[in-house]
Amino acid sequence: MSERAMSGFDELTHVRAKEVIARYPVARSALLPLLHLVQSVEGCVSQDGIRFCAELLDLSTAEVSAVATFYTMYKRTPCGEHLVSVCTNTLCAALGGDDIYRRLSERLGVGHEETAGEPGTTGSLTLEHAECLAACDLAPVIQVNYEYFDNQTVESAERLVEALQRGEKPHPTRGAPLTDLRTVELELAGFTEDPTVAAAAVAGNSAAPETLRGTMIAAERGWAAPAFPDEIPALPEKS
Amino acid sequence: MSDILTPVLTSRWAQENSWTLETYERTGGYRAMRTALAGHPDQLIQLCKDSGLRGRGGAGFPTGMKWSFIPQGGEGAGAKPKYLVINADEGEPGTCKDIPTMMADPHSLIEGCIITSYAIRANFCAIYVRGEALHPIRRLRAAVAEAYAQGYLGTDILGTGFDLEIVVHAGAGAYICGEETALLDSLEGRRGQPRLKPPFPATAGLYASPTVVNNVETIASVPYIVAGGAEWFRTMGSEKSPGPKIYSVSGHVERPGQYEAPMGITLRTLLELAGGMKDGIPLKFWTPGGSSTPMFTAEHLDVPLDFEGAAGAGSMLGTTAVQVFNETVSVPWAVMKWTEFYKHESCGKCTPCREGTYWLVQILERMVHGEGTESDVETLLDVCDNILGRSFCALGDGATSPITSGIKYFRQEFLDLIAEQPAVARPEQLADVELTGAPA
Repeated sequence: MSERAMSGFDELTHVRAKEVIARYPVARSALLPLLHLVQSVEGCVSQDGIRFCAELLDLSTAEVSAVATFYTMYKRTPCGEHLVSVCTNTLCAALGGDDIYRRLSERLGVGHEETAGEPGTTGSLTLEHAECLAACDLAPVIQVNYEYFDNQTVESAERLVEALQRGEKPHPTRGAPLTDLRTVELELAGFTEDPTVAAAAVAGNSAAPETLRGTMIAAERGWAAPAFPDEIPALPEKS
Repeated sequence: MSDILTPVLTSRWAQENSWTLETYERTGGYRAMRTALAGHPDQLIQLCKDSGLRGRGGAGFPTGMKWSFIPQGGEGAGAKPKYLVINADEGEPGTCKDIPTMMADPHSLIEGCIITSYAIRANFCAIYVRGEALHPIRRLRAAVAEAYAQGYLGTDILGTGFDLEIVVHAGAGAYICGEETALLDSLEGRRGQPRLKPPFPATAGLYASPTVVNNVETIASVPYIVAGGAEWFRTMGSEKSPGPKIYSVSGHVERPGQYEAPMGITLRTLLELAGGMKDGIPLKFWTPGGSSTPMFTAEHLDVPLDFEGAAGAGSMLGTTAVQVFNETVSVPWAVMKWTEFYKHESCGKCTPCREGTYWLVQILERMVHGEGTESDVETLLDVCDNILGRSFCALGDGATSPITSGIKYFRQEFLDLIAEQPAVARPEQLADVELTGAPA
């Protein structure tokens, strides 16, 4: 039996793994993207996945495990079709994030990093409370597969998970049309399956009204930065 | 005297398809790169020094000086390859400026990377983006592909003989990787834990080679500095804190959002722009630059939000993440939530931070649940005293900021809570206020 068959990953994944490694001056830098790649295949980082990375990078499984367990995005048990992350850091929490997490947890009957439904099946959801998701002007915020659903309420969050459970894919406020967690993990590793889908994903909305507040006010009031000189100024002499 | 808001970094954000090469070039993009590549690298380092640009990631270190620390020449560390690493691991609570920048205008960062790499003589640049920032990663990768296709990246860029590869690297969920040496370890495929300094990244950074690590907003500013010149840049802001800066206003204000202003704007002005306090409920406390910067109160409305102003008033400018909280929010509760964050994100490498944040959470949770003891406030301060300046990196120091500043301004609220006489409504009560229909 070949090494490849033993590690349980197909030829395409091996090809992709080599491609990831080739991006870096030193092979080990590929470990984080490789773990995303593994997660895109398995829905989590399993012991097999650890071995796969270790073999490719000539590391021990202990070394890879040490890395995989350090980062919150690598899940050690199979995830749902979607990952629902609710920000419960102070600012989101004060604006309702704690209430949203509590309600979703009750409704789904699961706690942090637990899955409602059979992992991998349509409508299965892994819930987590997340630290600051860097969208504080749009608080309280939820991410589904790392796409932003901004300005949430308990009610809108409930409607969102109900739709996901029915197999629907509501459009995020900012980000690409929703896919699933595995597709997104593949994208984080640097790969997309379909160029048309990828182009549409890039074009997904990013400019919330909050994002543009300052520029809009400046435009209305005629405020601007001082004008650039007509010609680019000569560079200074070296000291 | 410049206008109150001065969109530079945000000037393209409202353009249609702002993230594309076509829009970027139509609005003046990649002109600075041509000028830069026609000059000598040392001229660019000098320009950056002349501009007074200071790091936008929180610490405010002079950028040109950082670049000049990279050893050049054919001997010792100077003979090694040089690297540029962009810190796009935005995760400091309240901070949300780099993610919209990378989504709306990724080419400004890429052009900045090209100019900076040329200046420090790097041929490999990694943009380390936190993994949860999927859409920014997507936009950056698309922009990098466009730049390669246009001959702005790759070998012999525009026939100048300069080569540059850029890799957009997705992190995997760890706040500590925003600390530059932890970021480098993470980029090398390890646990993201900070390194002992010295040696500093300038001499032994990525792969033990000379490395500049700069924040997204810092490097995105570089093309504008080349295009406008140092004098133009200095027409905004103050002598020691020049230039425009993105202020991210969040929390209990009517119109939260991104406001780009010359450095030194005050909260009073930002609040006016943001439509005032939400529902007219008065301000109680706020952070000038994320949760790791000591909190301010209503008495600090007129503090100039630049590096000197914030420091002079006992805090730090940080990431200009202005989080605004009104009177309904309990300070001990907010401090507890932030401390839970630091405990979760402590990498565990050093004892003061690992153990300290754990015990701080124990005390604060007990206190907020009405089981505090009289000695708790002093114990909190004592534990903070054993973390501040004694932890391996700034995460531990930052963890003490909300607690010590919270107690400094709201000691009585902590004591009242311990005496089971909460001075103000808890956040649970805030929900009731909203249910009864406060006017929108």
